[in-house]
Amino acid sequence: MATIKATMPGVVYRRPAPEAAPYVEEGGTVASGQTVALIEVMKNFNELSSEREGTLTRFLVEDGDEVSIGQEIAEVDG
Amino acid sequence: MGGMRRVLVANRGEIALRVVRACHAAGIEAVAVYSDADRDSRWVRLADDAVHIGASSVAKSYLNADALLEAARSSGADAVHPGYGFLSESAEFARRVSEAGLVFVGAPSPVIARMGDKAAARAAAEEARVPVIPGSGPLADENAALETAPDIGYPLLVKASAGGGGKGIRPVRGAGELPGVLATARAEARASFGDDTVYLERSLEGARHVEVQVLADDHGNVIHVFDRECSVQRRRQKLLEEAPSPGIGPKLRGEITAAATRLAAHVGYRGAGTVEFLVAPNGEFHFLEMNTRIQVEHPVTECVTGVDLVAEQLRVASGGPLALRQEDVALDGSAVELRINAEDPDNGFMPTPGELTRFDLPGGPGIRIDTGFVPGDRITPFYDSMIAKLVCWGTDREQALARAGQAVSELGVEGVASTRPLHEALLASPEVRKATFHTAWLEEWLSHRE
Repeated sequence: MATIKATMPGVVYRRPAPEAAPYVEEGGTVASGQTVALIEVMKNFNELSSEREGTLTRFLVEDGDEVSIGQEIAEVDG
Repeated sequence: MGGMRRVLVANRGEIALRVVRACHAAGIEAVAVYSDADRDSRWVRLADDAVHIGASSVAKSYLNADALLEAARSSGADAVHPGYGFLSESAEFARRVSEAGLVFVGAPSPVIARMGDKAAARAAAEEARVPVIPGSGPLADENAALETAPDIGYPLLVKASAGGGGKGIRPVRGAGELPGVLATARAEARASFGDDTVYLERSLEGARHVEVQVLADDHGNVIHVFDRECSVQRRRQKLLEEAPSPGIGPKLRGEITAAATRLAAHVGYRGAGTVEFLVAPNGEFHFLEMNTRIQVEHPVTECVTGVDLVAEQLRVASGGPLALRQEDVALDGSAVELRINAEDPDNGFMPTPGELTRFDLPGGPGIRIDTGFVPGDRITPFYDSMIAKLVCWGTDREQALARAGQAVSELGVEGVASTRPLHEALLASPEVRKATFHTAWLEEWLSHRE
């Protein structure tokens, strides 16, 4: 089990745009380097990606939550 | 219209506080609005009343027109001041405010719509005999672009007609690059704006960004309040501004200010607005765009003219005439504004939210600080990164810069990174001292420092 950690403080979004589908659903598979969320900090948007491939078992934050740098965002099993 | 008694300040941070103060100076009540994150802010405490408008994200608060209109209604406001950013240049918001029977402290909705459309604004400038950057109209296809490009001349820019805020702009150095850049630019424009119409514009190398402050009322008065120099910018975000521009002489100043007032009069402007120009090294100036609102850097103009621009906004919005005529506006000295942002200049200008554990502000003769924060406040990730504007006035440019250097050395910011060290370096640079910069200078200078 590995976790994906926030690379910067900000607000986490699980989808690229408000109407869009999520980057990945819980239980979905992810490839190494695949984007799983966006972090917005002061109008800058940064993609958060998984470092390894596997199954994203669950998100540890809600869509729109404020997070600090290094905070665990999601669990990846693989 | 009638007099205003109670103004809803539909913004946050230092500009909200600036408007609250202007209302109080005019004997008008001010109603602040706040999101969850801004609940205990200074501008909220200093207002006469405050309304919670929603969650922290901008879409749920400061960009939520329904919530703002409801806040105006529930608080008994009879006017709305939009500040800058957010909904300040939304023609639809201005229209809805008016339709709700409230005074919009800004330009008329149709004027906002016209000047917000790049092609329409350019056409308005041409009608008003204001020089525009040599360029094409909207281009239907690649062949049209290839035929037109030689007449405009290289280097040039491919721009998306529907673009804005610096987005959808691509440079082309020579004819060989054009087909490839065109294809990319059109695909990008289609994806970003849902419209792949592009046009070509000459790229003015080494140009300066000079803008003119205008004021207009409903009684036929249109005046300028001189110019500002805003060439020191990174990714089209200004970092250091001054008034007047050190790069133009009296003759050019006369021409550029006359052009700005001509355009404002031509479009039936009302309120405070800014006409932006690019000034080429040969002294030719070209219309860039018009901002139909108060600007971040308006204090430098206030410092060198003594004109209270927000007070004039309130006055003309309530139907009154401007308090001054053109002959009453004179330049006195020089002013510089440093934008202190919660960004780390040593780490790619990464924004750094956090708690302002220390926030010591400078003072002394000629120093004005506009900020919405006090020590202990949290700088949240939800909004832009500006935490303070250091505005420094002197009897001449040399004294203004010297005071700016002293002010920035007194400034103490801890808990978040800030652009303070960058400003210290900028003020020491020969390019800023001698005002030899242009719009691409800061990014070149930063790349050489790395």
